[in-house]
Amino acid sequence: MARMKFLCDADRCIDCNACVTACKNENEVPWGINRRRVVTINDGKPGERSVSMACMHCTDAPCAAVCPVECIFPTEDGIVLHSKDQCIGCGYCFYACPFGAPQYPRIGNFGSRGKMDKCTYCAGGGGPEAPGSAAEFAKYGSNRFGEGKLPLCAEMCSTKSLLAGDGDVIAEIYKTRVEKRGFGSGAWGWTTAYQEDIEVSSGGSEL
Amino acid sequence: MTTFVARARIAIGALLLLAIIGIDPAFAQGLAPDGAPNPTASAVNEQTLLQQAPSIQGRIDIPDTKSSVLIQPVGRKWDYFHEVTLHWTGAVVILGMIAVLAIAYLIMGPVRISAGRSGRKVRRFSAFERFAHWLTAGSFVVLGLTGLNITFGKKLLLPLIGPDAFSSMSQAAKVAHNFISFAFVIGLVLIVAMWIKDNIPRKVDVDWLKQGGGFIKSKHAPAGRFNAGEKAVFWLALGAGIAIAVSGYLLLFPFYGTNIAGMQIAQIVHAIVAVLFVALIIAHIYIGTLGMEGAFEAMGRGEVDLNWAKEHHDQWLAEELAKEQRAHPPGQASATPAE
Repeated sequence: MARMKFLCDADRCIDCNACVTACKNENEVPWGINRRRVVTINDGKPGERSVSMACMHCTDAPCAAVCPVECIFPTEDGIVLHSKDQCIGCGYCFYACPFGAPQYPRIGNFGSRGKMDKCTYCAGGGGPEAPGSAAEFAKYGSNRFGEGKLPLCAEMCSTKSLLAGDGDVIAEIYKTRVEKRGFGSGAWGWTTAYQEDIEVSSGGSEL
Repeated sequence: MTTFVARARIAIGALLLLAIIGIDPAFAQGLAPDGAPNPTASAVNEQTLLQQAPSIQGRIDIPDTKSSVLIQPVGRKWDYFHEVTLHWTGAVVILGMIAVLAIAYLIMGPVRISAGRSGRKVRRFSAFERFAHWLTAGSFVVLGLTGLNITFGKKLLLPLIGPDAFSSMSQAAKVAHNFISFAFVIGLVLIVAMWIKDNIPRKVDVDWLKQGGGFIKSKHAPAGRFNAGEKAVFWLALGAGIAIAVSGYLLLFPFYGTNIAGMQIAQIVHAIVAVLFVALIIAHIYIGTLGMEGAFEAMGRGEVDLNWAKEHHDQWLAEELAKEQRAHPPGQASATPAE
């Protein structure tokens, strides 16, 4: 069984924001919501790194645990999906998320939040809509995964910094890269999301 | 000779340079296995950053600056608080209070008016005072139930009514919780404005406490308009009300003066205070209804029996009767004379 994960090789990310744009375009995400973003750490200083971040589809996802209506769940591939029909827009997943993934369209007065929106790994939604249907697209965005494709953000990353796919496979790719080039600033977010890190045998002393 | 000095200078210079290179660890480690400069020598690292601060923040290109926080692992701790600590604390505190009151009722029974009813009524709360009380009380019950639903609904109600019905109900409950909060705050402000002067602690409260608050049946503890127990409820409700309103409005207005960590703390304060507040009010409801004969009438119709007032609020009754005496001195006709 595949366990889908994201991995951003920060030593390759050039902060071009193509993943952000690809995500918005592919999923027709509404204004004000960014399912993916690129954050630059130590901007302008030596050792600066950019990291592309979205929902990491955590193991034991805290958002799913705290949801008061239990509308967030992991699929058999480890993708964390939710049902917008059941979401009440309480904001709890957004308090719990270590990666700032859940976002809400503003629908009215005060902080009244609409249905939560987040990265779906381009795998459609967790509602009753038929996979790949127009209804599913309107609510959750693209279902590339149902067509056997990976998320578009990772697929079109120009430096192949952002990797998506089975966790073991992308960890292996990253490990090979670090061993070959001799350095790596680590798999950002992996310890928090998956409670594991990627062990690299040589070279990447920073891991 | 000059060439020797020049050569010596070059040699010393070269030695110095080598020494400097040898001392500088960044330069020493700054090479990858193939001899290229190693960019990782100065690269930022997740573990180091998380040791320095609880979250990792950077610069972001999109206008939404609050999403510049990259990783904040504390969300997992909040998850534990919400799913484990809060569920247990809430269940123990609220069920514990109900159990204590049930035992008290079974052992002691309600506090009776020991002299029996006199049949004469004394006015205790005006219509406006009762309106303010019931505005606060009614909104509290709605807020309490909808709030408990957010925490316990998925364990208790969801399995009974199914996910779709539970979601629709919780959606309505969330809207009710957000908007009825304003009624609660208005009620609380009115209560405080009306009753704060009668709730300032006085010497008689010490006597009331020493005599066990009148729960020892043979004695009736002295009290003014509000006894020490009621004053405790007043001040606790005021403190809890402020804490719950401030934390609640911080949650209702995301990112106004808070960040995610701030909202996690606000939610913890809101939940813990709410659970204690619910337990306090359950006790307050008990003593105002089942627990004491003749108490509910005060807030119900606004009038209490003279003997009830004598037994529970003797000093207040004396003042009320004195006022009545002054307004209508005995012997004078009850009708006001024409001017």
